[in-house]
Amino acid sequence: MADKSIVGTVMGSTTVPVERGKIREFATAILDDNPAYLEDPAPPAPPTFSMTQAFWPRKSDGPPPDLGLNYLRVLHGEQHFEYRKPIVAGDTITGTTKVADVYEKEGKRGGTMTFVVLETEWVNQDGDVALVSRNVLVETAKAAS
Amino acid sequence: MTERSETYFEDLEEGDAGPEYRVEDLTRTMFVKYAGASGDFNPMHHDDTVATKVGYPSVFGHGMFSAGVLSHYLTDWLGVGNLRAYGVRFKGQVYPGDTLRFGAKVTRKYKEEDEARVDCELSVTNQKDEVVLTGTATAALPSRG
Repeated sequence: MADKSIVGTVMGSTTVPVERGKIREFATAILDDNPAYLEDPAPPAPPTFSMTQAFWPRKSDGPPPDLGLNYLRVLHGEQHFEYRKPIVAGDTITGTTKVADVYEKEGKRGGTMTFVVLETEWVNQDGDVALVSRNVLVETAKAAS
Repeated sequence: MTERSETYFEDLEEGDAGPEYRVEDLTRTMFVKYAGASGDFNPMHHDDTVATKVGYPSVFGHGMFSAGVLSHYLTDWLGVGNLRAYGVRFKGQVYPGDTLRFGAKVTRKYKEEDEARVDCELSVTNQKDEVVLTGTATAALPSRG
């Protein structure tokens, strides 16, 4: 089980070149045909575009830190975004992820659920924080015995 | 597609509902396109053999697929580039054949950081009226001054 001791753990960073073709593909996948994404030569990134970070390597000083989670019981519970600056095709954004919080709640069916908040601060090529994303993982309770 | 029209701060009051938007008859192809665009190739979202083996009736959509379509509903209504914050909580699975209904309600309008802003509550429900996703958003709107 994850506990407070992992708060502050840095998970590594990912650099994403923001590309027009990827924006077009991503917009289409969320059923969006807005010309702002499809026709503008320097389109803005859609609101959830940073999820495409999966295509770019995560850099860190060592192996992924062990958060003590049992991934067989982990769900993506919540996802939050704070938009600070526009992100458009041609930008390069680097996201650094750390464990921002860990807390527990009692599950409806008994047992304790553990919430782990992974916060990624995305900095653009000018050094400005353009986006903060928070991914809340939920480790579900074991079946009450 | 929802209607795309410029929404001004003065057009909205607390308690107002967002436009109607539905996506009917979700397909596996939509989930596969989202997998390709986002890089999330968890087999639960494209491989029925794997999904049924662990007890699901079929593959189900990525939570971030529904969250992505919800963000597109928001930007059609409130404008691309106007979101300041967006967050979702995943409540239930979305399956091929489902019809999703996207909804929003203005909960607060106010001035902050020299911007005219609205906060909204968001929901996505399926054809059985089950809530599959809830969320919140903050947008900065143009003002007629």
